[in-house]
Amino acid sequence: MLLRHTPQEITEREALVVNPAKTCQPVGAMYAALGIHNCLPHSHGSQGCCAYHRSALARHYKEPVMASTSSFTEGAAVFGGQANLIEAIQNLFTIYNPDVIAVHTTCLSETIGDDIPQIIAKARDEGKIPSGKYVIHTNTPSYIGSHVTGYANMTKGMVNYFATTTGVRKKQLNIIPGWVEPSDMREIKHLASNMGISIVMFPDTSDVLDAPQTGHHSFYPKGGVTIPALKSTGDSIATVALGQYASAPAAEALDAKCRVRCEVLDLPIGLRATDRFIDTLRQITEVPVPEAMNDERGRLVDIITDMQQYFYGKKVALCGDPDQLIPLSEFLADLGMKPVHIVTGTPGKHFEQRMAAILKDIPGARFRQAADMYLLHQWIKNERVDLLIGNTYGKYIARDEDLPFIRFGFPILDRIGHSYFPYVGYQGGMRILEKILSALMDRQDRDTPEEQFELVM
Amino acid sequence: MQILEERKHQVFRKGSDRFEMECNKRSLAGAVSQRACVFCGSRVILYPIADAIHLVHGPIGCAAYTWDIRGSLSSGPELHRLSFSTDLSELDIIQGGETKLRRALRELIARYQPQAAFVYATCIVGLIGDDVAAVCAQISRETGIPVIAVESEGFKGTKKDGYRAACEALLKLIGTGTETADPGRSSNGCEYTLNILGDFNLAGEVWLISDYYRRMGIEVVATLTGDGRIDRIRAANRARLNLVQCAGSMIYLAQRMEELYGIPYQRVSYFGIEDMAESLYNAARFFGGSELLARTRELVREEIGAVYPRLLEYRKDLNGKKAAIYVGGGFKAFSLVKALRLLGMKTVLVGTQTGTTEDYRQLRDLCDPDTVIVDDSNPLELAEFLTESDVDLFIGGVKERPIAYKLGIGFCDHNHERKEALAGFSGMVNFAREVHSSVMSPVWRLAPRRNRRSREESNG
Repeated sequence: MLLRHTPQEITEREALVVNPAKTCQPVGAMYAALGIHNCLPHSHGSQGCCAYHRSALARHYKEPVMASTSSFTEGAAVFGGQANLIEAIQNLFTIYNPDVIAVHTTCLSETIGDDIPQIIAKARDEGKIPSGKYVIHTNTPSYIGSHVTGYANMTKGMVNYFATTTGVRKKQLNIIPGWVEPSDMREIKHLASNMGISIVMFPDTSDVLDAPQTGHHSFYPKGGVTIPALKSTGDSIATVALGQYASAPAAEALDAKCRVRCEVLDLPIGLRATDRFIDTLRQITEVPVPEAMNDERGRLVDIITDMQQYFYGKKVALCGDPDQLIPLSEFLADLGMKPVHIVTGTPGKHFEQRMAAILKDIPGARFRQAADMYLLHQWIKNERVDLLIGNTYGKYIARDEDLPFIRFGFPILDRIGHSYFPYVGYQGGMRILEKILSALMDRQDRDTPEEQFELVM
Repeated sequence: MQILEERKHQVFRKGSDRFEMECNKRSLAGAVSQRACVFCGSRVILYPIADAIHLVHGPIGCAAYTWDIRGSLSSGPELHRLSFSTDLSELDIIQGGETKLRRALRELIARYQPQAAFVYATCIVGLIGDDVAAVCAQISRETGIPVIAVESEGFKGTKKDGYRAACEALLKLIGTGTETADPGRSSNGCEYTLNILGDFNLAGEVWLISDYYRRMGIEVVATLTGDGRIDRIRAANRARLNLVQCAGSMIYLAQRMEELYGIPYQRVSYFGIEDMAESLYNAARFFGGSELLARTRELVREEIGAVYPRLLEYRKDLNGKKAAIYVGGGFKAFSLVKALRLLGMKTVLVGTQTGTTEDYRQLRDLCDPDTVIVDDSNPLELAEFLTESDVDLFIGGVKERPIAYKLGIGFCDHNHERKEALAGFSGMVNFAREVHSSVMSPVWRLAPRRNRRSREESNG
């Protein structure tokens, strides 16, 4: 019954979202802030927002997620949340002792018009911020953009508050990884390190949201970009921003503030996007690509050629965030697959421009920004696909339409793996291929008539 | 252990502190509270009504985070498992969201032909001044179905106020049924009729409980709101008795129904075999009649006979193990303390998000000496309590689970992510099995802290 509530006939909807393919800004800001060492994300709004975001992240990562809230009341909604925020700042430094409190707003505090920088300044004047401690902020009105926008805004907030120029360039590169998993961030650091490049990556949620079992609950796990590292980003030779939506705003702010030139690239998902990333690192730093990395690339290409017959012509439906969907669709098209239905809930024209170029040789391919999973389901009903790729909510569609399904994106509430195994880089490319092949071949093994049931595939 | 000065009266240790529990307080600003908001309270109460549209009026988040996150099962339609939102944008905030709401409702009702529609107001709606009630009334007139505004703006109180707003919404439905049979008798003439309030059919629990009543010869008129249907809710005023399971959420509804329709209510707990049996007997005693009482006795005897030997098996391993509890409301906490005791386990910490002073008084009387009782706790406190008291099991919800695991402690979800029916007699066996499998799992030996403990034990 569940998604059989979805009719095949598509009528345009103007006022209604059914089964969203996005969520709101603050959760993105919370995720980004967790990527600063010893940082406590703070939600300036009602208690529910903070509880929902923490639950969403806790379910996705199976990790404790710490964040605090201004606990708005009716009074705060009328008179403004200044008193709540100042009280919160004092309480947080007293009992939780973070190095940084990263404040993000909500639809409530945005609409009543709280001036966060002014409130932070007042807290400082009143001596509520201990020396050596920081309170940073970003505005994340829930009615604009999506969770990706919130991530971009908080990352930009890190630049606004911390990046400084000493006048002496440091031989290091900034990398803004985009909204990817701790595993992906770890892999990006690994790639740079293999090339012998010194980097500052921000935010960095590895060793925060994939913390090991130690027998202790560590309120601030050991990972996260440090304050000195964040400050030094203003002296770096360049910034590589991965993802137009999640990373470009911070990179551009850093360029404007500290004259650190930036390259905005796609997330390094799939062969060509990873090539572009590695090549950009090579060009900026003038280091050669190590042979081991070329070999890794070669292994990825080897799997592609070995298994090309299983990819060719297979239709795929995708749902997720634009920064992921762009390189992933490019990769699928490179494999000879046909990404035919692609939706993202995040609004923005860039997605449609890029998709139009990537999918120009796939007639009938449909893609839309600011769309929902209900539309995706309807598209699938009108043109069946061989594979669905999307976050956990895709499982309803997969079950209803009996489709092979790969979990990819945020949130993933019903499987593990995303925190530990990357999708980025050549290794990540191999993992994507393994996932695709397993999904398609398991299906073939399940459905094929007994006389055609194959041992060797 | 360090406790914020302002929270000193929300933590109590039996036997050493004077009892002056402060609760129902707003969380401190800056608290890493485990609590949620008014909207959350309303949403979880009304959500299980499966043949209604649940439209969240606000920016996308509130709808996204509450999309099918509670395992409230339906035996029929599953409209409640879809996520509907007006997805308010910046322009709507400036111009008001009423037009969009009107359109969304028309589209939804035309498409799904639901029995009713609930419209949840979120924080922003309270601020921009949309007249949700007026829009609902208009659409109700147009479409002929009840369209009900739920006043659930997040900031207008605590989660409890959300429960109340949900109850108000239900009250607008109750008594609007078209059935004309005598009050107090069901449509098929059964003279023993009741409603089940405050059970949300997680893992099918309402089915299990309803079956007990059926076997006793009592008809369940409406279940509020687990496996809920609009027409049953509308007819709920025709039952003779209300049974209130989750008191925190539904006692208000029961009180109002008593005022409006003269229906008395009983507080019940379906958790643990003592409380389950007591709940059935109380209902039987209410209706009177020796046959009914005899049937109830027979049922209880049969059910306990079936589960008790199995519970004793689990008890062999669990005897003497220590547990900590952090749950939503007081009544659930009582039942858990008793159920754990039945399994031979000792509760050393018990806390709730929304307990009342009376709840805490009862908890104090129920618990063993030295038990710590806590209101509206936070992760830092919980983690310290858990480590200090070195428990074997933590019972809590989604935000507590990863903390328990990080500490190397067994965990049982007694909140909305539970997968097993924990109510009823057979639920007690499920509970025992779940507790047993988590507490006795060999994996905790691999966890460094517990590893140390077992080394110390073996070294004497």
